[in-house]
Amino acid sequence: MTTVEEQPTTTEIGASRTRKEDRHLITGQSTWVDNMTLPGMVHLAILRSPMAHAKITAIDVEGARSAPGVVGAWSGRDIADVQGDLPCAWPVTPEMINPGAPSLAVDQVNFVGDAVAVVAARSAAEAVDALEEIDIDYEPLPPVLDLEDAVADGATLVHESIGTNTSFRWEFDSAAAGSGGSVDDAVRDAEVTVKRRFLQQRLSPGFMEPRSVLVQPKDDAITVWSTTQIPHILRTMLGLTLGIPEHKIHVIAPDVGGAFGGKITITPEEVIATILARKLGRPVKFTETRSETLAAAHHGRGQIQDLTITATRDGQITGLDVHLLADLGAYLRLLTPGVPILGAFMFPGIYKIPAYRFRCDGIFTTKVPTDAYRGAGRPEATFGIERIIDELAAELGMDPMELRRKNWITHEEVPFTTVAGLTYDSGNYEAATERALELAGWEELKAEQARRRESKDPVQLGLGISTFTEMCGLAPSRVLGSLDYAAGGWEHASVRVLPTGKVEVVTGISPHGQGHVTGFSQIVADRLGVPFEDIEIIHGDTRSSPKGLDTYGSRSLSVGGVAVVQAVDKVIEKARKVAAHIMEANEDDLEYADGAFTVAGAPGSSVPFGDIAFAVFSAHDLPEGMEPSLNSEATYDPGHFSFPHGTHLCAVEVDTETGHVGIRTYACVDDVGTPINPMLIDGQVHGGLAQGIAQALFEEVVYDEDGNLVTGTFVDYTLPTAADLPSFRTDRTVTPSTDNPLGVKGVGEAGTIASTPAVVNAIVDALRPLGITDVEMPCTPERVWRAIQAHTSSQGEVR
Amino acid sequence: MIPSTFEYLAPTTIEEALAALTEHGDDAKVLAGGQSLLPILRLRMNTPEMVIDLGRIPQLREVTDDGDALVIGAMATHDQVRKHALVTEHAVLLSETLGQVADPQVRHRGTVGGALVHADPAGDVGTAALALDAEMVIVGPNGSRTVAAQDFFVGLFTSAVGEDELLTQIRIPKHTGWGGHYEKFVRLVHQWSIVAVAASVKVEGGSIRDARVALTNMGATPLRARSVEQALVGQAPSEDVVRRAVASVAEGTEPPSDLNGAADYRKHLAGVLARRAVLASAGV
Repeated sequence: MTTVEEQPTTTEIGASRTRKEDRHLITGQSTWVDNMTLPGMVHLAILRSPMAHAKITAIDVEGARSAPGVVGAWSGRDIADVQGDLPCAWPVTPEMINPGAPSLAVDQVNFVGDAVAVVAARSAAEAVDALEEIDIDYEPLPPVLDLEDAVADGATLVHESIGTNTSFRWEFDSAAAGSGGSVDDAVRDAEVTVKRRFLQQRLSPGFMEPRSVLVQPKDDAITVWSTTQIPHILRTMLGLTLGIPEHKIHVIAPDVGGAFGGKITITPEEVIATILARKLGRPVKFTETRSETLAAAHHGRGQIQDLTITATRDGQITGLDVHLLADLGAYLRLLTPGVPILGAFMFPGIYKIPAYRFRCDGIFTTKVPTDAYRGAGRPEATFGIERIIDELAAELGMDPMELRRKNWITHEEVPFTTVAGLTYDSGNYEAATERALELAGWEELKAEQARRRESKDPVQLGLGISTFTEMCGLAPSRVLGSLDYAAGGWEHASVRVLPTGKVEVVTGISPHGQGHVTGFSQIVADRLGVPFEDIEIIHGDTRSSPKGLDTYGSRSLSVGGVAVVQAVDKVIEKARKVAAHIMEANEDDLEYADGAFTVAGAPGSSVPFGDIAFAVFSAHDLPEGMEPSLNSEATYDPGHFSFPHGTHLCAVEVDTETGHVGIRTYACVDDVGTPINPMLIDGQVHGGLAQGIAQALFEEVVYDEDGNLVTGTFVDYTLPTAADLPSFRTDRTVTPSTDNPLGVKGVGEAGTIASTPAVVNAIVDALRPLGITDVEMPCTPERVWRAIQAHTSSQGEVR
Repeated sequence: MIPSTFEYLAPTTIEEALAALTEHGDDAKVLAGGQSLLPILRLRMNTPEMVIDLGRIPQLREVTDDGDALVIGAMATHDQVRKHALVTEHAVLLSETLGQVADPQVRHRGTVGGALVHADPAGDVGTAALALDAEMVIVGPNGSRTVAAQDFFVGLFTSAVGEDELLTQIRIPKHTGWGGHYEKFVRLVHQWSIVAVAASVKVEGGSIRDARVALTNMGATPLRARSVEQALVGQAPSEDVVRRAVASVAEGTEPPSDLNGAADYRKHLAGVLARRAVLASAGV
């Protein structure tokens, strides 16, 4: 399906309903983990390494044990025999080396922020005070900070025991895979070759609520409240890590204040709190400070990207070679190795590239482990391809949009199997682009750019493009299997019909701010015909929602939402039998619409869903042999990924006197398939743009030459707010996904994935007349100014 | 982010506050809004045994007219002072500067006196005070003394206020009819200044009759650019003239190098910002 369709016009699907879940969030009635207090609860405080890399030669926690209010204090050695290793669920190659990841460091610390000791006390203040009574002797080791140094001969090893800093090399070659030709041939025969190195700085997922965990032991079971986005995975993994039978673990993700991938892992703090709650036999709570978030919660991105693109002189791309050095940090967390590998499938973007090779070396450093952050591998890949397309256009002397048009997959060619092996089922890049150009006023901006160049205006205008797609709806289980991921990618839902016709829908996804309760209610209201208000969405608790794979990878709607549809359809089919019985009609003659069954061609004969619900509840008169229940469940495993796409256009004003970059216009047209709730979509797009623009302009985790974290607070880790961002112009085209009955594709990551290259392309475009071909991210005023200085003489002439 | 244990005292008169300071000496810290002190306490960068909160002393909140000068109580908030009719009329530069301090939350809690005594070189208030030739009224056990802004900023995070003293008032000579502009360069709007330039200019008959220019974060303290001021006097406030007059603005300064910029970049910025500040102040 490749045409742009009119937006659906049912009353629920496509309606910008206000969020059901907001009232308690904005009136102080939310249940954040840190707000919870249980009888006998103790508070944990964690001592963290001030050294990037060091042996622990001595550690003495006795002083803390005798501090006021302290219930206990432990070093890594004290729990070494029970803590196990934090799980990594994605061994991307059979040879991948995992040195293990203790929750509390035992003999060695490997990044500033590595947990080394823990205190439990009656109050959080007493726990923090007692940390000062712990004595540790460190024998410093050289830090391992630079990725290229880390793989050089004679490099200091982060983990001496494994004999290398390289955890894995993962490769894809279209010639070997049969999905395309040979990159070596393409390079040999190339009329034009462009090579670029792009740097993906480390970022800290800026979730609003710091991470917190509360563990309550009861008999041989535990209840865990955690600020997690993966309660189901946490349950299984906590059991496997600590040898606790899975059925004895109850995990609850109550109100969770954002995650962006930052809460997708099994944290050392969750493991430590579980161990100590069981040891002490009383509830244990840990809540991190924002400084701890920045120093110890996983980072995202962190790559050196070496790209080579080849083309004919008239602009036909002939090959793409990608070599990544991926900064894993000190340890492998849950998905660490898999994040850069997801990018392997997205480097070809929306283009017809005949030959493609991808290599990724995963490298240990003495920094915070990396893992998923909004987009997870796909923003990095999209940045790489969208940036080098602009560089190729410059090399060819071609308009960058023209080069894209010449190489992108046209809507007539969809479905299209890319050189990376993905089959894009739907998409219309031409339509999204056409609308985006109009929305941005692109021609006027181009004219203004020409005027400013002509007049040598100190404020230059730059225009940047990003025509992107991404893979969402993680994921078809068989594909995950082929990528050596430990779990599947299905999602579960069940529907419980109450006697009065109200409906409880249980989902295995775990929303943490997105608005799924509202969106899913709309889906159910549309499908089942019951009022929006009569639907309760239940999630985030392994007791009430026992089966699920949680929320990440823009999967909740396109996988979890489809499971809900399937479960609802099963309810309707059961109800149909009851209706036929009540109406003394043939099932096949019944139509179900607006929440009632009618006999086709017999107006007036109508049985509403509520009557059927009560009939089943009373069970006085059901068809012979029918089970008195309308409840249903469904588990949906997607057949394919979904592929949202769009065209993002950015115009920046670059103050050449100061290097300051201001966004003048940001216009984007996203195609996320059938919109369920446009307001929620806009919210996701706006937030996504903020985070993608933040990578381009503002945010960077910085370590100094000794491996100390420089960006340890929000004074130095410059997270933008609404005041730093422009008003966004957004619109949509609608090309429904063909892979699911809702036609939805996912929108959680699109803005982040698309926007970063659009902004950087715009900055480089503004400065290209000076001979500037790249500015390293974040494009700070100083970096932009220095690039200008390097390319101009003191008289302001181009060198 | 839990501070170490401290005692808390909220006196209601200046005398009580001074007595408490005398009693506790360097074990005490003064809370004057808390926008800098609270993060310092929570990060345990300072662990005082006593925190003396000046927030309950009403007379320290007043802004009054004293003939040739405005008198601003040390505990008046940025937002209160920024909007005060006396300030918008007689000290445009101060009003403009205070409007750019951090974010609205900080401007409603943070105080002018607190910011001055904290003496952060990247802070904005001190630069405007210095440019406007403010005088600081400091009281201590031996009575009251007045210190010119020029002498008030002693060094990095260090003011002339002694451990047993309090800043109570800021006296600002009226700059009626002067323009004022604070050109602040930041990456994020709520940030500390990377560099900023405060300018207040009096234009009469098409030329600059008098000028005040001061710099933020170009050294350990706010700096007056007196040679620039002199170069501006008598000139027409045009782009080229001002560009030449401010060319030497960064000479002799020793700005810091950090994540937001190296010293040479800051020196360059100071020139650009000074030109823009003076022109804006002159209404050009």
